[in-house]
Formats: sequence, C-alpha cells, structure tokens
Amino acid sequence: MKKYTFTEKKDTRSGFGAGLSELGKINPDVVALCADLTGSLKMDAFQKEHPERFFQVGIAEANMMGIAAGLTIGGKIPFTGTFANFSTGRVYDQIRQSIAYSEKNVKICASHAGLTLGEDGATHQILEDIGLMKMLPHMVVVNPCDYNQTKAATLAIAKHEGPVYLRFGRPAVPNFTETNGTFEIGKAVMLNEGTDVTIIATGHLVWKAIEAGEKLAGKGISAEIINIHTIKPLDNEAILKSVRKTRCVVTAEEHQMNGGLGDSVAQLLSRHLPTPQEFVAVNDSFGESGTPDELMTKYGLDSINIVQAVELVMKRK
Amino acid sequence: MAKIEELKKLSTQVRRDIVRMVHAVNSGHPGGSLGCVEYFVALYGEVMKHNPQNFTMDGKNEDLFFLSNGHISPVYYSVLAHSGYFPVKELNTFRKINTRLQGHPTTHDGLPGVRIASGSLGQGMSVAIGAALTKKLNGDNHTVYSLHGDGELQEGQIWEATLYAAANKVDNYIATVDYNGRQIDGDVDKILSLGNLKAKFEAFGWTVLENHEGNNLESVITSFNTAKTYLGKGKPIMVIMKTEMGQGVDYMMGTHKWHGSAPNDEQLKKALDQLPVTLGDY
Repeated sequence: MKKYTFTEKKDTRSGFGAGLSELGKINPDVVALCADLTGSLKMDAFQKEHPERFFQVGIAEANMMGIAAGLTIGGKIPFTGTFANFSTGRVYDQIRQSIAYSEKNVKICASHAGLTLGEDGATHQILEDIGLMKMLPHMVVVNPCDYNQTKAATLAIAKHEGPVYLRFGRPAVPNFTETNGTFEIGKAVMLNEGTDVTIIATGHLVWKAIEAGEKLAGKGISAEIINIHTIKPLDNEAILKSVRKTRCVVTAEEHQMNGGLGDSVAQLLSRHLPTPQEFVAVNDSFGESGTPDELMTKYGLDSINIVQAVELVMKRK
Repeated sequence: MAKIEELKKLSTQVRRDIVRMVHAVNSGHPGGSLGCVEYFVALYGEVMKHNPQNFTMDGKNEDLFFLSNGHISPVYYSVLAHSGYFPVKELNTFRKINTRLQGHPTTHDGLPGVRIASGSLGQGMSVAIGAALTKKLNGDNHTVYSLHGDGELQEGQIWEATLYAAANKVDNYIATVDYNGRQIDGDVDKILSLGNLKAKFEAFGWTVLENHEGNNLESVITSFNTAKTYLGKGKPIMVIMKTEMGQGVDYMMGTHKWHGSAPNDEQLKKALDQLPVTLGDY
C-alpha cells in the first residue's frame, strides 16, 4: 500500500476560497455571488479584492441562480456560493431552466455538503445533491477530496465552458494531495494499485478509503484505490480497467446510496462489465446533529465500513 | 407617422400569425400573446437598439430583452421573425417535432433572438438583472428589458429580484408587467390578488409607470420613451401595462378561457375574418 501522509488538516471550503481568490486575480471575467454565507464559503478574500465583481444577494438563492444565469450574457463567469442544500434542492427549477437547459456558464459552488456539516443537523445536511445535479443533462459534477484538490478544481472549472456543480465541505480533513497539483475534469486519480478489490471513493471518503486500504493491507488484501473527483462525466475507462483486474468494487461517498457515485458506477458496470459491488453510503436516511466524526461513524461512512464492505464483496466474486 | 402605420400593419399580421400558429398544432397560448402584440411590436420595431441580422448570445453593445412569461411564445416568435431574426416561414414549425420554436422559448435549439429559456414562471427578472449587471461591468450603456405576466407575480422569486434590483440600483433595466388581470384558473383578483401593485413596487423602491392603454401602439411607445427618461437615475423601472387578454379577436376577449386554448377550424375563420392580411401570411 502506497503511503500517504499529510502535514495538516484543512477544510475543503478554504480550498475553494483560495482558488476563487486566485481566479479573481488571473481572470477578469470571473464574478462571484453569495447568499449571505460569505464567511462560511470563504469568499471574503474575493469580496475584499474585487468588490465590483462580488454580488451579495442576501438570503435569496433562487434570485442568485437567475442573476448568475443573466451575468453570463455578456461574457462573465459567475461562481455562486451557498450551502449545498441551498445550492441544489432549494433552487432546482432555477438551475434546471435558467442554467442547465439554457446552457449558461455558471459554476454552482456548494459548501457544507453531507453529514460532516455536523451539529446543525439534517435540515442542512443534504445527502441528495449529487443525484439531483448529475441528472441534469450536461451538468458537470465535481466533488474533490481535500483542500489542495478543491483549490485546483476551482481553478479548473473556470476553464470549462458550461454549467458545473462543485461540491465541498465544512470540516478540516487531511490535506494530502499535491500543492498546486493539476486537476483534469473527468479524469480519475489512481491512488493505489492493487489486485483484490477496487475501492472508488469521492470527497471526504477518499481519505477514509486510504485508511481502509492500510487496514486491508494488514489483512493481506491488496486494494486498488481510485479517487473519483468528477462524478459526471465519469471516468469510465479508468473504472473498467481497474475492475477488469480486481473483479469486485466498493464505492464510498458522503451521500445517499440512491443517486450517488455508487449508482453511476453500478450503471456503468451493469452495461459493460457486470461485477459484484458494495456501497458505502447513507442508506435511505436523513442525518442528525452531532460531530462530524460521530455522524460518519453512526451512519456507516468510516474506514472500518469500507473494510467490511470489501470483505463482503470479495466473497461475492 | 408612416412608421406607426407600418407597425400597426405588423401588429395585425402578428395577430394573424398567433391564431394560425396555435390553431395549426391545436395547442399554445393565444390569449396573452394577443394582448402583448403592441408591447412586442413597439419594443422590437421602435424602442430597442438591436441586431437581428447578427445575433450573438452575449448581445454586447445592444439592448436586450427577456421574456419571463414564456408561454406567450407565439407573439415573441412572430415579432422576432418579422424583425429578421429568422425566416417568417419558420413560424410554420411552431411546437412541431424538431422545431427551434419550442412550446416555450429556449436557447437549446439555437433560435436567434432567444437568450434564456422561460416557461417555469418567475425566473426572468433575476436573469434580466444579471444581464443588466454585466452591462454595467462591461461599460455597455445599453438597456435591458423584460416582460412578466401579472399572474406570474405570484411567484416568490419575482419579489426576491424586485428587492435586489432596488437595493442595488439596477437602473439600466425597464421591466413591464402585462396587467391583463387574468390567469389560467380565472381572474387574478380571485386566484391570488396582487392588491395595489403600483404601491407594492414603489414600496420596494422602483420607479413605477402605469399605462392604461397597453393595446394602443402609440401609447405603448410613449410609455417606453417616458420610462427611458428614468434610466440611470438609481432605480429600476417598472411599467404596469393594462392590456386585454385576447385583444383583436372578439370572442377571446373579456375572459380567461383563451389563456391556453387553441381555436378550432371554425373559430380560426372567425378570428381571421377580424384580422385582415397586411404583410402576408407565413
């Protein structure tokens, strides 16, 4: 098992904030909108550096999505910022009609996704956002795993013409990917080559997958670990290549089992390479208040759950 | 006045187009379309500086229009075609399979003149505000226009946008409400009354103009010209325009029943008898 280390834990939302600030300096067409969560989204730097390109819309997310769509007409590249819940479910029809169907170059940037939002509880812990967004035709869905990768993803999506959903989170998590690394939309990242099982993880579950890989190595199981930072378009080739070798797969995500990364992988495999698969995801449930670690344990999204899923799926080969 | 006479002829032809388009596919929304003919003819024929022959999505250095109540697509399409955005004969494809003239307007099929999809109501004001903000950022001193149904104002997003535009002094923007008092289920006053609409927009901080003759072409042009004098003065501008749903076809007036119903063959003949050919049918 390849060794991964980190020097500090950082929140992915700060990676977004840093990326947005950098974009502000290098791309004069980038504009940003926020619905009264500037501090939470770490958009303060951009706001301070480019006040004329920052639009505080207040607690009015539907209006924010519409204004963002309009801002593209004339060449701006709007980045909207609010919690994932208010970036998707609350404004689904606005995104569907004014952005996705209208083919507008809007970047929907969503923080506090999933259970790790923590103590605020289920009203704010959206676990359906990946599914909602990936169903929209031509929407790109990106869920990076740590600070560095979120910053890189923020820079990369500005260069992509078309709507993008960028999902990140609140808690500080191990920052282990390369500083100023490259980010290619739709390109899987191979973290560890293995032969017994393929673990496909996204977002905060990527580090959990690495931890699981180490535990599995101790048990003599060789896990291939893939970081899927782009759920749509999915890197079909990378997944099929790995699964042809390992012949079983575990998907891991901080999302509902229905509609998430696991579904996308299952759809791919059922069409091209039917394969035993286990899902580490929230099973048809809302979240609740608690610390991020407590919630990840209670809802079965920890490294031990990945280990158990691997042991189960390997028996099904 | 020669031009006014031409625009009046165009208005009659547009009304013929509307009833023929919805009749041909036995679907669509003739009522609101007929009521907004003068608005569209004035806007595209007299008021806006625009480039029909060289349409670009970005629309830099020209005025922009956004239709928020997308169901009145027949009048929009007819006026766009007669303005030169696409061939008039393409009106014949309205709502048919593989058409660019979808039931509700869309950018998806590349129809020149359309810059946003609309149909799900309440979204167009936000989009227009965004486009107006980009014009300001680009130093583009042109105006953004939008049209909304009165029933559409029941959507909450409209009021988010109304609040935003005033608070942020979006003053390169002229919105209009088609105040015909009717929606699918009946009179707006009975479904969900808008109360004193003028007072509402004024309370939100807009400059509000009223036009009680929204089917009088000269009056509509005068309203636009008056509205333009308020541009750049720190407030968004709203024109509350009283129209008659179904205007120009006697049996479609005075009722909400033709909001979304097409005439049959006999009804079409009766409508066309009231609307002489002026510029030629598509």
